[in-house]
Amino acid sequence: MKINRKAVFAFACIFMASAPAFAAETIKIGIGGAHSGDLASYGLPTVKAAELVVEERNAAGGILGKQIELIKEDDACKPEIATNTATKLITSGVQAVIGHICSGATKAAIGIYKGSNLVCISPSATAPDFTLSGDYPNFFRTISHDFLQADLQADFVLNNLKAQKIAIIHDKGEYGKGIATIVKEKIEKAGFKDKIVVFEGVTSGAVDYAAIVQKIKHEKADTIVWGGYHADASKIIKQIRQKKMQVNFIGPDGLKDETFIQVAGADAEGVYASGPSTPKNSLAEKAREQHIKKYGEEPGAFYYQAYSATLALLNAIQKAGSTDFAALTKALKSESVDTPIGKISFDKNGDATGISLSMYKVEKGKFVEQVK
Amino acid sequence: MIKAEYLKKSVIAALWMVFLTFPIAVIKVNTIENTINWRWVNALFAGAAGFLFSYIWNYFQDKKNSPKNKSASSDRFVLLGNAAQTKSVKNAFYISVAVLAAVVPFAGPYQTTIFTTAMLYIILGLGLNIAVGMAGLLHLGYAAFYAVGAYTYALLHIHLGIGFWLALPIGGLVAAIFGIILGLPVLRLKGDYLAIVTLGFGEIVRIVLENWNEFSKGPSGISEIPGPWFFGMKLNSYQHIMYIYYVALILTILVIIFTNRLQSSRIGRALMAMREDEIASEAMGIDITKTKLTAFAFSAAIAGVAGVLFAAKTTFINPQSFTFMESAIILSIVVLGGMGSITGVIIAALVLILLPEYLRELGNYRMIIFGASMVLMMLFRPQGLISNVRKIYKI
Amino acid sequence: MSFEYFFELFLGGLSRGSIYALIALGYTMVYGIIELINFAHGEIYMIGAFTALIIAGILTFLGLNHFAVFVISILAAVIWASAYGFTIEKIAYKPLRKAPRLSPLISAIGMSIFLQNYVLIAQTDKYLPFPSVIPEFEFWEPYSHIIGSVELVILVLTAVIMTALTFLIKFTKIGKAMRATAQDRTMAMLLGVSVNKIISFTFILGSFLAAVGGVLVASQMGQINFGIGFMAGIKAFTSAVLGGIGSIPGAVLGAIVLGLTESFATGYISSDYQDVFAFALLILILIFRPSGLLGRATTQKV
Repeated sequence: MKINRKAVFAFACIFMASAPAFAAETIKIGIGGAHSGDLASYGLPTVKAAELVVEERNAAGGILGKQIELIKEDDACKPEIATNTATKLITSGVQAVIGHICSGATKAAIGIYKGSNLVCISPSATAPDFTLSGDYPNFFRTISHDFLQADLQADFVLNNLKAQKIAIIHDKGEYGKGIATIVKEKIEKAGFKDKIVVFEGVTSGAVDYAAIVQKIKHEKADTIVWGGYHADASKIIKQIRQKKMQVNFIGPDGLKDETFIQVAGADAEGVYASGPSTPKNSLAEKAREQHIKKYGEEPGAFYYQAYSATLALLNAIQKAGSTDFAALTKALKSESVDTPIGKISFDKNGDATGISLSMYKVEKGKFVEQVK
Repeated sequence: MIKAEYLKKSVIAALWMVFLTFPIAVIKVNTIENTINWRWVNALFAGAAGFLFSYIWNYFQDKKNSPKNKSASSDRFVLLGNAAQTKSVKNAFYISVAVLAAVVPFAGPYQTTIFTTAMLYIILGLGLNIAVGMAGLLHLGYAAFYAVGAYTYALLHIHLGIGFWLALPIGGLVAAIFGIILGLPVLRLKGDYLAIVTLGFGEIVRIVLENWNEFSKGPSGISEIPGPWFFGMKLNSYQHIMYIYYVALILTILVIIFTNRLQSSRIGRALMAMREDEIASEAMGIDITKTKLTAFAFSAAIAGVAGVLFAAKTTFINPQSFTFMESAIILSIVVLGGMGSITGVIIAALVLILLPEYLRELGNYRMIIFGASMVLMMLFRPQGLISNVRKIYKI
Repeated sequence: MSFEYFFELFLGGLSRGSIYALIALGYTMVYGIIELINFAHGEIYMIGAFTALIIAGILTFLGLNHFAVFVISILAAVIWASAYGFTIEKIAYKPLRKAPRLSPLISAIGMSIFLQNYVLIAQTDKYLPFPSVIPEFEFWEPYSHIIGSVELVILVLTAVIMTALTFLIKFTKIGKAMRATAQDRTMAMLLGVSVNKIISFTFILGSFLAAVGGVLVASQMGQINFGIGFMAGIKAFTSAVLGGIGSIPGAVLGAIVLGLTESFATGYISSDYQDVFAFALLILILIFRPSGLLGRATTQKV
């Protein structure tokens, strides 16, 4: 009631402005992901990355003599909405998709793309199954899957932190529980099953986490491995600090977000998080500058992964000479391309090669990459 | 004369709105970079919205209350209700729905998918209507039965390779058993106590599905669930969408016929009698225990069937799809439609499910519009879109 | 099982319970008077916290001292939350007083969705850090590993508010009017109680409590976003029903039972099933006491 009118009006304006002026035939690329709601901050950087890449490419004459058109659809990170999103993208005639963002939504969508022979490159879906199961020849990603991340975490916990008693907690979510379970299995496989003293899920968004923190204290754990996003983690870390417990806290890439440090403030100091290695090449610098120039702020989550995914896709379309499924998948796997995250290609499963993971530690309000 | 009064009221409303929305809509503080952003234009919008809303509201309120219209307007609701019951109007409605159903598949796979989703919610709405509308049992955990149906199919498929058509009745049956399991302990509970227990039940089912990895694969869910068998043919995405649409259509029609017959049956009338007055109906020889359990079982069975259909449609399920919000939306469909009215449930499901889809382009604004329209629909039609008028039996 | 661990879990559960209680009190009052499950109550809680954050942000920016910031921002939170509560009742519930019983419930769900997204659009979808408005007391330092000073403040405040509310309802004129309205609205009206004013007052009071709860909890957790009201609302609703909906001491008792159950379930069994135990206990209690722990059993008139 209060701002609806304004909203409708504003959007109507944007629509009229952005409607393609009956351009000639275009290459349509779909972008699926969370563009609204509480997880939008994970999905929107992908939209921005793809827009920046495509803008530049279109200005330089497009690809195969055609302009590129982006079609953005929101899945709010919900599987049941993602099926509608995917169908809508297919109906509007996209020839490939960048996305989706959350693993659950991606899982629901890629089956539909597979049935229509559409290539789909995700910048952020890390569930191992997508590539390793071999069920989805149409799926590619520019981020390391959870097995690799779990390897890094388990190794770091056992060898660098020399943990004796480990508490693994997660948010019961698709992503959080997924990675927590794999870390647990890795530690068990390394022969340290008895070092794990707690393995439990907490309710995401709960009013208070005192009980689980007390339990961890009671079990005298010296290391906490967290599976989940940064919002719950910052609440838990705050309660841990209040109890003046001396523990290491280590989380996955869902934790490695600037928001975590902003929200947790001083409590975040000393927290470890794994994540994609910081891009250092000139392309990454260029991508970052483009973003700052256009939006006046640092790029958000998975921006470089999405930027690279878009570059890889455009490159493959160029090399394949068409958007035909067989030619495109072949080109993605055989051609390597320079991107902000390094010179990448895709292996037979669809995982990007040439990317790496690092461990970070929060020091003086910044994530500092740890040298192995 | 009246207009001046409206104006005064509306100006007050506008000023109040400006005050109300002041901190949240006007000021935006960035505590990290220590900047404050004053968005005065929003205050203007809030004021204008408050003014307009108040003006329109007062206008309608006055019109409704003026003695001249008093009788006419109160009659009008009944008339509308009656109209929905008269054969010719009802037939016209069903014919238009039938035409719509026939046209949809030609509008492309996207439209077909979202209409399939809408039909899924029609089925769910009709199912919940048995418990809430007919029997008067406020139920806030309906999504649990929906989940039971979906997981029954998914698990039967994984472990035993059972197909859709066999899973359909099994899903319904298993859900019905869950309905009775829930029904037994809550026989004595009423109103909001019943509501919270059903809500709790719904959450328990979801949390167990989330935690019990060995049984349900936990939050990662179950993927690659096959669609319905179609003479051994392998369907591509497009054919799958079309086929599932027709399956959903047939199921919807069956459920409509079933609930329609149930309403006029002995059981249906017992449910309604129980809703009106438990003690009186018991005195008239209705077995309350049996009737309540029947209501839960029927209602749950329909949700189970819808769950099987849902699993086959999305091919992927996880516990995230069966949250409390899902139950709330289904309940909204029943109440918005006008409790107990089948036609109303159909319209409400179409509105509530299609609205957010068609507002997709508006991003974050779509949910605010969705919430506002729920409130507005209730304000303008408190008894639901179609108020159910009882059948009159003439001897 | 060491006693210290038990004691810690007990205190943790108690402080969690008092958080729930603060929110549940408003819930149960509104329910008692108009028999409406006010799903938008959690959103009032959230709006209270947001208002406090915004006002505190401005004041800090202007360079006021810590204490002034604390007092003014909590005042602002209470004023605006009450204003929202009052307005919501007027827009979404009052026109539906004579409607079928479930209609205001749907209107409340709609309102809740609306308010969440209103804050999401007008403010942000991200989590925001919330300043800790309650300082760490020095005299409490030796015991702070058992229960923090924030929890202590919440505990004490809940007790004070509950006593004040009980006093208000039992002994003041407006309390009497509230009870009369709750018992029989028409009769109260006939006896000269201005029912509309009493209902508005109840909403304002309920929102006031929600805002206080919002600010305290946000300060304890150190962060807020537009979605925090949902979980708080569900827990408050559960507490209120558990204790016997409409009863003030019942809401507090229900909240504390819920908090303790969750704490012990996590401590001794597993946090995986924390909510399962909480809800299972709720179902069990309601089977044996169908109108809650302290709810009056209504004899049905024939």
